Amino acid sequence: MDLPRYHRLRSAYYRLEGQRCASCDTLQFPARARCGSCGGNAFEDHRLSGRGTVYSYTEMTQAPAGFPPPYLMALVRLEEGVLLAAQLTDIDAHEVEIGMPVEMVTRRLREHGPRGFLVYGYKFRPLLGRRLVS
Amino acid sequence: MRSREPVGIAGYGAYVPRYRASTASISATWRPAGAAAAAVGEISVAGHDEDVVTMAIEAARTAVDRSAVDPATIGAVWVGTESKPYAVKPSATLVAEALGITPGVVAADMEFACKAGSEAMQAAVAFVGAGMVDATLAIGMDTAQSKPGDALEYTAGCGGAAFLFTPAEASLATVEASVSHVTDTADFFRREGASYPEHGGRFTGEPSYFEHTLAASRRLLAELGAEPGDFAHAVFHQPVPKFVLRAATALGFSHEQIGAGLLAPRMGNAYAGSSLLGLAAVFDVAKPGDRIFFCSYGSGAGSDAFSFRVTDRITARRQGPAVTDYLDRRREIVDYGHYLRLRGKIRRA
Amino acid sequence: MRDVFIIGAGQTPVGEHWDLGLRELGATAVRAALDDARVESVDALYVGNMLSGCVNGQENLATLLADAADLLPAEAWKIEAACASGGAAVRAAALAVAAGAHDVVVAVGIEKMTDAVTGSVSAGLASAADQDYEASHGFTFVGLSALMMRRYMHEHDRSRDEFAPFALTAHRNAAGNENAMFRKPISEEEYRESPAVASPIGVLDAAPICDGAAAVVVCTKEAIQSGQEPLRIAASAAATDTMALGARGDILELGSAAVSSSRCFEASGLGPSDMDLFEAHDAFTIITALSLEACGYAGRGEALRLAAKGCVAPGGCIPISTSGGLKARGHPVGASGTYQIVDAALQLRGRAGPNQLQKARRALTQSIGGHGSVAVTHIIEA
Repeated sequence: MDLPRYHRLRSAYYRLEGQRCASCDTLQFPARARCGSCGGNAFEDHRLSGRGTVYSYTEMTQAPAGFPPPYLMALVRLEEGVLLAAQLTDIDAHEVEIGMPVEMVTRRLREHGPRGFLVYGYKFRPLLGRRLVS
Repeated sequence: MRSREPVGIAGYGAYVPRYRASTASISATWRPAGAAAAAVGEISVAGHDEDVVTMAIEAARTAVDRSAVDPATIGAVWVGTESKPYAVKPSATLVAEALGITPGVVAADMEFACKAGSEAMQAAVAFVGAGMVDATLAIGMDTAQSKPGDALEYTAGCGGAAFLFTPAEASLATVEASVSHVTDTADFFRREGASYPEHGGRFTGEPSYFEHTLAASRRLLAELGAEPGDFAHAVFHQPVPKFVLRAATALGFSHEQIGAGLLAPRMGNAYAGSSLLGLAAVFDVAKPGDRIFFCSYGSGAGSDAFSFRVTDRITARRQGPAVTDYLDRRREIVDYGHYLRLRGKIRRA
Repeated sequence: MRDVFIIGAGQTPVGEHWDLGLRELGATAVRAALDDARVESVDALYVGNMLSGCVNGQENLATLLADAADLLPAEAWKIEAACASGGAAVRAAALAVAAGAHDVVVAVGIEKMTDAVTGSVSAGLASAADQDYEASHGFTFVGLSALMMRRYMHEHDRSRDEFAPFALTAHRNAAGNENAMFRKPISEEEYRESPAVASPIGVLDAAPICDGAAAVVVCTKEAIQSGQEPLRIAASAAATDTMALGARGDILELGSAAVSSSRCFEASGLGPSDMDLFEAHDAFTIITALSLEACGYAGRGEALRLAAKGCVAPGGCIPISTSGGLKARGHPVGASGTYQIVDAALQLRGRAGPNQLQKARRALTQSIGGHGSVAVTHIIEA
């Protein structure tokens, strides 16, 4: 990933910022040009709660360049209904179960070698205590 | 020192990573059989995807969540650390971005070895106390560095805490006063480009930790006209547990007073995060009306001492994970190789 | 629209061709298809390829191949639809002929994956997923397919072992295909114990990284010459679905596969039971299962029962992977869709050797890209 692309994505990566349709209140993440429900094109920024449950998961043992295996990937069903693909962290493969509650944390997604820049973004970990949005 | 307008802490948040390395696994590699047991049983270790920025973000989110403060009113973010992910490029901007409070915010990283976090607290009190901003975030966080095999490796842990300072009327604890005590004492340092810090062995004790911790503490007590017995809790920087016990005893604090904030036995020394994390653990259990004594220490060298008075709001400001929640979710790393990998100590290029 | 016929098919063996590059593989397959069709030149060359830009550093690939195959100055373009590129190239050729733009066109699917190290190839393959929200987070095709497989097992209460018949059938059939990469049958035990790539997907659930090129020549009815063995493209359709797996209403439904196959059935007036074989996109066993359900061979969650009954083996109600499929013939990604059509052509012409089905008059081929975000389906009849 190059720097300008990363910069463009930071509100989504750091804050799970999606959008709320101004006409029908549908939440979308990531943001789209058009509302998937009503076709509306006016939106306001909306930050997702970051809380959800594991919908499916896998342990990646063969990985693309830049992602040292093993690591866990999942589809997470957020409280708001959005189904999101993301890494799981702070958990071992044998501990993961479909349906387990998880919450968003900001972690390193990728390092471009010891001299390169760092990409930070959302991952999910087992729910640790009650959390509010900020 | 006292600010012109009264200042307090409206929210606090802690962070300790999930992994623990037993110091026995380090001994097994480096020490001869029969050597004395390490001063700390296990140290907290950041995961492969964690660093000071990710840890600071989590502690800051908890602090803001608990504070009931509108994040948009936060005017400054300071991250005190000696393990910046980037040698040049602020950590604080990323924390501010993750909180969604850019761009109208002052942001910088502070460096004063293990006192960098309390340095941020001093600045936070001043910014709010002077009326420049409504709220400031002071963070002390470290993924403590240590040379493989060095004495520091048996105690260097990872963690820290964040405090949101606001005018006193909205706070869970008010700041009564603070002092700073600084001299040029090179007991521990890391040169530019070096991976690990160097230290002066026994020189880090008497002329360094104790000299500054005791002097700052005594000056604050004198300024307040207070006695150690006036405080429900006392928190100190925690290089090893016995340093804390010795300093506390010298000052006249009891074991009971330092118990709640002494975390080193369970996670080691999180450098700039150490004393702040101890303060967070005290907030987890403090009662309204309690007075809390706090004194950091950073090599180089200096100490910041603070006195806090807990308000009635404390009980409503503890939602989210407590320090013990973080300490309890431990996943032990049994082999030293895995520890080296997580701490990035294996050279791969 | 004019009827379109396949009059020639050619291929290179699938495998690791350390001494052959894009130009050699492409020219070999194209000239083999032209020789098979007994034509010397064509109006256009359509190239199905996914990774030449990021793995081989070669764009303008179609011109390179037109040059290498001595087809200049024919019109030549590359068509990219992830792992469905090969099927898309054939469809592009068929559309050009049907529309009357050209009379004789060759479509080649080609991939040269071993030009790069595995990590780069995986990263290239992952670029068919949503780069911003999937690939940049560490997802790959296999990872996304693994999420589908885990969910399938969870919702339908199935074990991984029950996917074995797809892999076993593919390997058994590959043994009879001299162009296949893995010409060795595998046992249920070998399947069960194959190491995980992305759990629950194991090595023997997944198609291999490899090189290959396959080509077909298509033309109008009028252009058919004596001595050729024309096969009619009875239907051709393509459809898309969301890029993000999570955005699908149901991640266990391959919408693009369902839509493109039903369009083919509608256009041809045929149904699933009229097909004598199904060259399915068996890149992963879970995709095979979902394809069978999407194309009407099994209800939701029923594909494994179908396989357990022997339905997908030769002589079963719907034989799949008759020449080894992506799983065992090999999956040179952008070429696989064309290989499927070449293999189907061999069956329909009765030239499939030891793998020849007793009855092979109509074949369904389906090429799927991006874990179901794009699918190209064809019905070919003798």
